[in-house]
Amino acid sequence: MDALVSLVSIRNLVKTYQRGPEKIEVLHGIDLDIPRGDFVCLMGPSGSGKTTLLNLIGGLDSPTSGQIDFDGKRIDQMSSSKLTQWRANHIGFIFQSYNLLPMLSALKNVELPLLLTKLTAAQRRHNAEIALQLVGLKDRIKHKPSELSGGQQQRVAIARAIVSDPQLLVCDEPTGDLDRKSADEILSLLTQLNQEHGKSIIMVTHDPKAAEYAKRIVRLDKGTLVAASA
Amino acid sequence: MFAWLNQIVQVSWMNLKNIPQRAGASLVIVVGIAGVVGVLTAILSMGAGFRATLGNAGFEDRAIVMRNGATSELSSGLSREQADVISGAPGIRRDANGKPIMAAELLVIADLPKASTGTLANAAVRGVQPGSFLLRPEVKITQGRMFNFGTREVIVGKQAAMQFSGLKLGSRIAFRDSDWSVVGIFEAGGSANESELWADAEVVQSTYRRNGFQSVSVALENKSALKTFKDALTADPRLQVKVSTMKQYFAAQSEVMSKLINVLGYSVGLIMAVGAIFGALNTMYAAISTRGREIATLRAIGFGAMPVLVSVLLEAELLALIGGAIGALLAYLLFNGYTAATLGSNFSQIAFDFRVTAALMGQGMVLALAIGLIGGFFPAWRATRLPVATALRAE
Repeated sequence: MDALVSLVSIRNLVKTYQRGPEKIEVLHGIDLDIPRGDFVCLMGPSGSGKTTLLNLIGGLDSPTSGQIDFDGKRIDQMSSSKLTQWRANHIGFIFQSYNLLPMLSALKNVELPLLLTKLTAAQRRHNAEIALQLVGLKDRIKHKPSELSGGQQQRVAIARAIVSDPQLLVCDEPTGDLDRKSADEILSLLTQLNQEHGKSIIMVTHDPKAAEYAKRIVRLDKGTLVAASA
Repeated sequence: MFAWLNQIVQVSWMNLKNIPQRAGASLVIVVGIAGVVGVLTAILSMGAGFRATLGNAGFEDRAIVMRNGATSELSSGLSREQADVISGAPGIRRDANGKPIMAAELLVIADLPKASTGTLANAAVRGVQPGSFLLRPEVKITQGRMFNFGTREVIVGKQAAMQFSGLKLGSRIAFRDSDWSVVGIFEAGGSANESELWADAEVVQSTYRRNGFQSVSVALENKSALKTFKDALTADPRLQVKVSTMKQYFAAQSEVMSKLINVLGYSVGLIMAVGAIFGALNTMYAAISTRGREIATLRAIGFGAMPVLVSVLLEAELLALIGGAIGALLAYLLFNGYTAATLGSNFSQIAFDFRVTAALMGQGMVLALAIGLIGGFFPAWRATRLPVATALRAE
């Protein structure tokens, strides 16, 4: 697969962290392609570099060396402010602990990414309602996160991730804090977004059952890709 | 630019709306800053009041003549002859009968018990002449009557009547082995004269066994007549005197005390401000660290670091502004008009009112905003410098 057909193309990616006087290389020259419409699961033991790789793909961090192309554009050379803008336009984030703003209602949380657009307040509200409807929470729009179950909170987070219509959803242990039933519902929702709405998804998980929902699994160990399976 | 401003507005609005949910932390900032501003404003209002009291007595079209080298009336001395020579100098305004408006006065000290403690303190007794009242039209008898010249009667300034016991209308007081009757209470436009007792200069002279005076005060024809008047007196070989407008004289009198109060005010204010800055820093750090993940989430979603920084600063400034306003208002309500007394340069008690002026309150607000800015900047800067990926994982 070359960079032209891939949504994400990663070449020889290295990430090193400085911890005191010591340099720790977390990723040692990763090559990876994620085609459009893919649902890829990143797995591996703790400390294998999954989250680091996910953060680099999502533009939350910059690599030490190597190249990341997203939709034909290099993001590894972007400045911090350009990268921030790029994230707003292309990436939807779903975190393990939802990261909703506790004082905002579900609707206002979902509207957040739209505050960065030129949409009017009415348009923002309309789009946020549609996103909440899509995740099955139309009747909970006025509820604050503390008034929702874990599964519902993660649905709100998913609505927030998709409301600005990004190409890629970056999910970091999206079901890590949920019971099996809620986890399955969230994973079904992600599958639906992938299959029916064409969203590309990259997901980090420790849970083999969650990984079964993905189209393919990429395994990392000690900063190196060890295997990929369909 | 629009996007940037829009982000600032959106994030700030969200932050501000949520202040009530962080009431505890916000209250610590507000109360800390209110304390600093309140204390500073109150202390400085003392200096403002003192300056105003002495400054009130000073008008630019009035001059005071004292012996050369004297720093206050108490250390001055002029003979009767010198007073006569001064009364003939050019530049003095004249009354309807063509007589110069002037008064040779003496200032002596009487030991009287303070109303607050009962201990003896120095009260200023001014021996005055009819011209003293023409010179100072602001002097008004508010209770009782004017004293009769040639008798041991005194009229008492409003502040002196409050500061000392036994100076009520109709009471009798003893000083210098003589009995005096209080026949009137007067006001003098809030000036230092209100802290004095006034009696006939001749009677005071005989009581204190003095022949001369300590100062001669005159009304000038106008402000520019000072030079004519001054030149005539300094050129006269019979006189070794110094001439100043009352405004200059009282400015010099209040200088040392004003400086002392200002140094005290600013040093106490500074120490408290440093304390408040650290308090605000601590609170803001705590407030920001509990919101670290929120801030990181906003940045992950696409909000810029600068808009987040500015919005946190705006929040800190709003809290500082509220604290500053409360402090200034409390200082105003508690201290504006509060009367205190101190020893003036004539070694007599001068009473003055604290003055919480708009300028002082403004100064307090500026200090509050400075504390808010410094206290808010560092934690906000830290929160926005932290890598997003790291901040997202923070508990």
